[in-house]
Amino acid sequence: MKELLSGNQAIARGAYEAGCVFAAAYPGTPSTEILETISGYSEIFSEWAPNEKVALEAAIGAAFCGARSIVAMKHVGLNVAADPLFTLSYTGIRGGLVIVTADDPGMHSSQNEQDNRYYAIAAKVPMLEPSDSQEARDFAVKAFEISEKYDTPVLLRTTTRIAHSECLVQTGKRIDLNREYKFERDPKKFVMLPAYARLKHVVVEKRTKALLDYSENCPENVMEKRGADLGVITSGISYQYVREVLPDASVLKLGFTHPLPVELIKKFAGMVKTLYVIEELEPIIENHVKSLGLKAKAKPEEFRCGELSPGIVRSFMLGAQLPRESKDAKTRPPILCAGCPHRGVFYTLNRLKLITAGDIGCYTLGIAPPLNSIDTCVDMGASICHAAGASHVLSMEKQKGMVAVIGDSTFIHSGITSLIDAVYNKANMTLLLLDNRTTAMTGGQQHPGTGKTIKGEDTFQLDLVEMVKACGVQSVRVVDPYDLKQTREAIEAAVNEDGVSVVITQQPCRLIDRSTWKEPYAIDEEKCKACGACLNLGCPAIVDRSTPEKKKAPEINALLCVGCGLCAQVCKFDAVAVPTAKID
Amino acid sequence: MKTYRILIVGLGGQGVILSSNILARAAVAAGYDVKKSEVHGMAQRGGSVTTHVIFGEKVHSPLVEEGQADLILALENEEIERVKHYLRPGGRIVAVPDGFVKKLKNPRSINVAMLGLLAKHVDIAEEKWLDAIKGALKDKLVPINIEAFKTGLAATE
Repeated sequence: MKELLSGNQAIARGAYEAGCVFAAAYPGTPSTEILETISGYSEIFSEWAPNEKVALEAAIGAAFCGARSIVAMKHVGLNVAADPLFTLSYTGIRGGLVIVTADDPGMHSSQNEQDNRYYAIAAKVPMLEPSDSQEARDFAVKAFEISEKYDTPVLLRTTTRIAHSECLVQTGKRIDLNREYKFERDPKKFVMLPAYARLKHVVVEKRTKALLDYSENCPENVMEKRGADLGVITSGISYQYVREVLPDASVLKLGFTHPLPVELIKKFAGMVKTLYVIEELEPIIENHVKSLGLKAKAKPEEFRCGELSPGIVRSFMLGAQLPRESKDAKTRPPILCAGCPHRGVFYTLNRLKLITAGDIGCYTLGIAPPLNSIDTCVDMGASICHAAGASHVLSMEKQKGMVAVIGDSTFIHSGITSLIDAVYNKANMTLLLLDNRTTAMTGGQQHPGTGKTIKGEDTFQLDLVEMVKACGVQSVRVVDPYDLKQTREAIEAAVNEDGVSVVITQQPCRLIDRSTWKEPYAIDEEKCKACGACLNLGCPAIVDRSTPEKKKAPEINALLCVGCGLCAQVCKFDAVAVPTAKID
Repeated sequence: MKTYRILIVGLGGQGVILSSNILARAAVAAGYDVKKSEVHGMAQRGGSVTTHVIFGEKVHSPLVEEGQADLILALENEEIERVKHYLRPGGRIVAVPDGFVKKLKNPRSINVAMLGLLAKHVDIAEEKWLDAIKGALKDKLVPINIEAFKTGLAATE
């Protein structure tokens, strides 16, 4: 049967069909739907792990017992999981272990656009790269086979346009591996003491040679012979763009991209007059081809930044002038949702003019005007360290002008060790822990603080107040961020204390739990003085109707408003209220 | 078999992704090869959202190229300017007609209603559309959305 599946759904399907029994991930765009889909298969134990390193290590535990296991993460997640990856390459596996890295060229939802093909090279593990959802399913199955045949973890790399594009996929049945899972002791394989690791490094080098042989002849690396004038070496989504724009070109399509073949590429080069390499991001295939002494052209250097598209390929291959976006076009950037419980916090930070070390999550959107209150964003869990590190070099007065913000899921991901560091090393800082009871930016996934597993089962709920205290924080305040006065007083008091203080805000994300929605507010035009105070909240439900000629009362879009009531709190003229309440 | 290259634009929360899911599934039922591309993550409520849906005999790229879209379907007319350069010469913009939202029982069904307007310009039988709507929505939401789709079919641009 053929089904319309996204690349992520297809990978989940492939893992299921391959007999996978363990899956773990931390949510991250564009990889999140892999585990969400897998969690629907009752045959596979699946979990949201606190972070990617934990996910991979748990999968290693299962794989060492002979279980086929999969982990999925966004590209930067592999940075977190890199520590186990590099040594896992030495130990190898018992049951097949597949690591999905979902890269994000173009940074649709990421803080950098690193090319994770370098991880395959650096960790000396094989890599597969599908070019559509069908291959995502097929390569997922193949990845488990390669993993077990060559005793190695396998990296399965997608990009946003593979992960979030859909096409028709031929699916199959789940194979019955009929395995008994057990841990068989083998210290020379599983205990990477220097003496054993030295032996293993030699094995890894031999394995790479065997994988190169595979790369030369495998069905994932295929020559498509068409015209002899132009030959293109490509992989992943770029293959689709090449087929679209250059239908007559011969193509060497590389689905197995580490180690890259040598003889196959030489043979292909010998068949065509002009050789081109078309790949997204880094010149990895290009440098490999050139290292073989072959003459090849490649995309102009400027396109190392950003993702490719059929239009970009046409522009540099055929010199086409593409229609450009209109100068009048306005793209609306994402902003904090109407009723977002973070809004009151950023409004307060803006009023108090505090410098804010930020983190990864919805609250990074606190940078958007008019809130303008995020000052750093580098990686998960970093906000606490930024403020702590800064406090050790700033004057006392400046220390009190800086805070850190982090969300609940990100705090559990990698903020706990940061907070321990801050307390242990006597930093002088305030942390705002914005607890909205979900992993919001990726669409609302469970985490250890929600009390539910990925399958919705009840489990132990991590108490963040107790957690913060256990890190050694003496000063902990819990506030309702919908109460602006309470929030402001707590933040002001906390920043004026010495040592590490924490303010925890508690309100669930409005998108996750619609039962929290209240009656929409409205603005009484007669009472409104068009002062603009409510517009300073940056709420998408409040529309400024003023024209350059005339100030007009703002308007609340009742379809968007969820009744958080912040606008009523900032209005000095009592002009904002729930309409029904007014009649009373 | 004709190839259709379609962009759907709107704002996060309007149901752009649901519209493209229904369109893609209707096209599959009608026997086309189909590809669809979207971006999740930052498309929170209020932000610009675009999806690409392409169907025909055989489709390679899941992304429509600038200057090649046959149709642009807007759920929010202010978003059209942003993607107008994707339209091919002679291509068509299907915008929300004046007063159209008021004709709907529930303004939130604008995404499915606009598919009714789009349906007049693609070769997919009505029953395939209705099946796709039924397949994409919870049972209790099906009647109001089918009505919205038919309101779109009956509307003039």
